[in-house]
Amino acid sequence: MVTRSPASDARLGAEAVRRALTAKRADTRGLVFRLALLTCLLVSLLVLVVLLADTVLGSLSVWRTRGLADFVRSPLSADPAVAGIWQAFYGSAILMAFVVALAVPLGVATAIYLEEYASDSRLAQVINANIRNLAGVPSIVYGLLGLALFVKALGSVTGPEVFGRSLISGGLTLAPLALPVIVIAAAEALRAVPDSIREAAVGVGATPWQTIRHHVLPVAAPGILTGIILSVGRAFGEAAPLLLVGGITTFFQQAAGSGFLEVLQGRFSALPVLVFSWSRLPQEEFRALTAALIVVMLVLLLAINGTAIYLRQRYEKEL
Amino acid sequence: MESVTKPDREVRVEAKPRDTSDSHETVFEIAGLTVTYGSVTAVEGVNLDIRSREITALIGPSGCGKSTVLRCLNRMNDLIPSARVGGKVLYHGIDIYDPGVDPVEVRRRIGMVFQKPNPFPKSIYENVAYGARIAGIRDLDGVVEESLRKAALWDEVKDKLDTSGMALSGGQQQRLCIARALATDPDVLLMDEPCSALDPIATLRIEELMLELKDEYTFVIVTHNMQQAARVSDRTAFFSIEVTPQGRRGRLVEYDRTEKIFTSPSQKETEDYITGRFG
Repeated sequence: MVTRSPASDARLGAEAVRRALTAKRADTRGLVFRLALLTCLLVSLLVLVVLLADTVLGSLSVWRTRGLADFVRSPLSADPAVAGIWQAFYGSAILMAFVVALAVPLGVATAIYLEEYASDSRLAQVINANIRNLAGVPSIVYGLLGLALFVKALGSVTGPEVFGRSLISGGLTLAPLALPVIVIAAAEALRAVPDSIREAAVGVGATPWQTIRHHVLPVAAPGILTGIILSVGRAFGEAAPLLLVGGITTFFQQAAGSGFLEVLQGRFSALPVLVFSWSRLPQEEFRALTAALIVVMLVLLLAINGTAIYLRQRYEKEL
Repeated sequence: MESVTKPDREVRVEAKPRDTSDSHETVFEIAGLTVTYGSVTAVEGVNLDIRSREITALIGPSGCGKSTVLRCLNRMNDLIPSARVGGKVLYHGIDIYDPGVDPVEVRRRIGMVFQKPNPFPKSIYENVAYGARIAGIRDLDGVVEESLRKAALWDEVKDKLDTSGMALSGGQQQRLCIARALATDPDVLLMDEPCSALDPIATLRIEELMLELKDEYTFVIVTHNMQQAARVSDRTAFFSIEVTPQGRRGRLVEYDRTEKIFTSPSQKETEDYITGRFG
């Protein structure tokens, strides 16, 4: 067999070159690989679609008979005809406020110190590795910490009337859960800021603080923001640690007319805790209520992530 | 310190209307400068005097430590945690590595322009105004206009000062960086291969700019481009790499007036480099 090469084709003339260039080879393996990838994508998408459709269809009867406003604003109840999610909705909102107020400043500050001030030290490397491990710790372990520390040891402060099983204990338990993800995301965003920007700022006489505040942080902000929102989203969906620190699974009366501190020190529930408890109730009507509750949670999560994307794009446009 | 010159050699000096007399005041006195990164010695035993209102070029092959030396002059090496600086860098007689010296104040006086144009991802106005603002200068509008005029960029950007500095062309970005450095009214401008990312026309504009500004500012420029050193500089320091048992390290081979370096260098090594026989 005569081996052909580009050079021999060229020597044979234009016709041979034309034939070689237009003779398409069938790339069967490539095609199969591509189809396999597409199948994987469709399978995972299908699972998601089935799950979503099942939930949304299951919740339809609630929307028809009760409406969204009534469902959200009605208090918890054992009677499925009037049961709503108000205390859990309110509880989740305050818990997220706790997470943002505690974990964001701590997490971002930790990341700034590790990346900008101690980037090369042995201590920073050890801390970094530990934070990565913390991010992988099962959430129930944070629940155990919360139970031992905030409920048992500090119960007289966090919730004197309710044996420490208060909103404050719930918030203090969720905040450290979100912390490692925020540190990791913020550190990665800071590392992605090109050194040329730091050099430029330092070169015109900026102090290390001015360099970080005026130049590094604004550039890293979209990445930091995304990390914050993702971790808040994770904390939002956690049921296990809250069950341990006393999230109410049935129904309870919020101390009527009490001040904000009393609310914080009082009993609480949260949306994922309610999903857990409603799904175990025997009455058939609670199936639809649970589905409706999950739809509310999904919409809220979508709203949170949507805000993250919107803020991120607006920030990036300004640069 | 200038290296020994051989007086018996014929020197063909171009007729340049440039003041190359020794009447210029010494801005930097570098004595026994040695820089190490971890266990690697980048450059060793550099002695160099840099004069006021002149352009001093640092040339040499890659890895000879010329950029390292430049970055010692405004303590930019402080940003690299592993860098250790030995010897003395006297700026108007004061050792800038003395523990009592504030590096921030050093960098306000000794500005820097980097190899790759690195404007802040902010508006053109903000890019120039930033250094002046943190230095406490009040009349920012005036400073911005004056700096952009000096950097020969004003006419091109005066109608779009609020657009991003990143939207400019590479050459414009580099002139913006020069304007940014000028805004703090520095004494010295350090240029770290300022034209290596630019096309020949943009390069020429930067060179013209340096020649226009050298009556007001002292320039130290690191360049890979020997023609550039020959075109703009008054003095040239040639660095080379010495291979020792401990590894490769940079050293200063020869330092003299530019026309001397390029026409009758006293060292064989310099001549080989200039004529393109190595590096």
